[in-house]
Amino acid sequence: MKVQIPLIISFIVGIALIIAIFVPHDPFHSMNETFSIYFDLIAVFAFILGGGNLLKVHGDKIYRRAKDWKYSIVTAAGFIIMLVVGALKLGGPPGFTGDVTAEGSWFKFMYDSLFVPLQSTMFSLLAFFVASASYRAFRAKTREATLLLIAAFIILVGRTPLGHYLTGWLPPPLQFLHIPNVSNWILSFPNMAGQRAIMIGISLGIIATSLKMILGIERSYLGGESK
Amino acid sequence: MTDEKPEETQKKRDIIKIMNTIDRRIIFLLIALAIILPLVFHLVFTVRASPIVEAIFDKVESLPPGSKVILSFDYGPSTVPENQPMAEAVARHVLHKDLKLYMMAVWATGPPQIDLVKSRVVDVDFPKKVYGKDWINLGYKAGNQGLINAILLDLKGMYTTDIHGTPIDDFEMMRDVANLTDMSLIVCIGSGYPGMREWVQFAGDPGRIPVCGGVTAVEAPLLYPYYPRQLLGLMGGLQGAAEYEATLVTKYPQFIATSEQAVKLMGPQTVAHLVIISFVIIGNIAFFAEKGRQRKGKKA
Repeated sequence: MKVQIPLIISFIVGIALIIAIFVPHDPFHSMNETFSIYFDLIAVFAFILGGGNLLKVHGDKIYRRAKDWKYSIVTAAGFIIMLVVGALKLGGPPGFTGDVTAEGSWFKFMYDSLFVPLQSTMFSLLAFFVASASYRAFRAKTREATLLLIAAFIILVGRTPLGHYLTGWLPPPLQFLHIPNVSNWILSFPNMAGQRAIMIGISLGIIATSLKMILGIERSYLGGESK
Repeated sequence: MTDEKPEETQKKRDIIKIMNTIDRRIIFLLIALAIILPLVFHLVFTVRASPIVEAIFDKVESLPPGSKVILSFDYGPSTVPENQPMAEAVARHVLHKDLKLYMMAVWATGPPQIDLVKSRVVDVDFPKKVYGKDWINLGYKAGNQGLINAILLDLKGMYTTDIHGTPIDDFEMMRDVANLTDMSLIVCIGSGYPGMREWVQFAGDPGRIPVCGGVTAVEAPLLYPYYPRQLLGLMGGLQGAAEYEATLVTKYPQFIATSEQAVKLMGPQTVAHLVIISFVIIGNIAFFAEKGRQRKGKKA
């Protein structure tokens, strides 16, 4: 029964969702909206699940003194402090309807003084690593790598005003060689073709997996092995 | 056999070795300088709009006064340098054209960015615009694409109040809004999931509502498959934001002082790109020199 009941629920909900999407008439049409609201409710509960999982993983790491366990203390403490200050509205407008994001509240202070600088720093570091990685990895070792390198050069130059300065003087018949135009062409054709192929592949994979889940063939989401 | 003297060969080998193994700290230092120096010396380049960005500008231009525009803030503080100028430029343009601006977020980190738009755009350039009549902040709701799917059919069912908890029907601009199909345009400024793709798939396409917006430079190539049929236009990274700002300022020069954030940041970005290109060239010269030397060694 432990397996059968979730399988029956998955089957009924899966079939109902397919009908709701493909039959644009009531009551099926309004089912789509109802399911979306259920999905929103589940998404809210996912926050609790996510928070619990974060504490479990890092708590376990701290308990076992695993590698870099000291960072886990920072993560868990940061999460708990933000949660308590936000949920209990400490240092801000009182009451459960009080605005945690109001100017001067503790939550707003922590968000602006800790969260924003930390996130900005992480994203800024990317520029340094991208530069270092490009230098090491972008070598014209093969024909394919050379093509990738040329495309990367054109995009790098084309996505800055430099492209206009370098080739803006080209006469109208040769405008197709203007670097920003070449850059747009690369993005609009070869890139788009590749992206579409990947997207179609992923979509077919999702459809196949969804059908397997609806029909009870794929059961790994229940925590066991698939049939 | 080569005519070079052993010292010359050694010297050349050393240069190749240096070029091949540049310490990453040197690369980091030069990238830092490439960002800092253009900012210090106010290096600004002229930016020209590409058709994919012009399409967004032209669409906003073509909407009659009173049309409803949703501006969704689907990003966080990390991508502010790329996304915030886009959001501010679009908000400025929408308010200037007397369109109704509905700001919301499907990211929990979106509302603080809406506050920035309020303080930098509404309060500065449009102090006479009335909250609830000309613009509104609907805030954040959880649910990702589920939320988008739900508001496509029933917006007021999901948004019963604005971000401050005021009942939604108290606002003049919400009285004739039932769902997303009442909107003339959806503008998503995003940097990942849920974002532009979800707005296209769950709102724009099924509801036949024009969708456009801006994303980070890294994400932009992933969205080209939707352009131009499902995605009206796209601002890709800082360059996209700068192109929109440049177009806005060309048409409405009164916004020069407040609307050139991304244009000013294109200087550091251009120099940083040049530094990266230079390192890639150096790396490849060293690679081919090393290869040539190995070939010569084998022949000898």
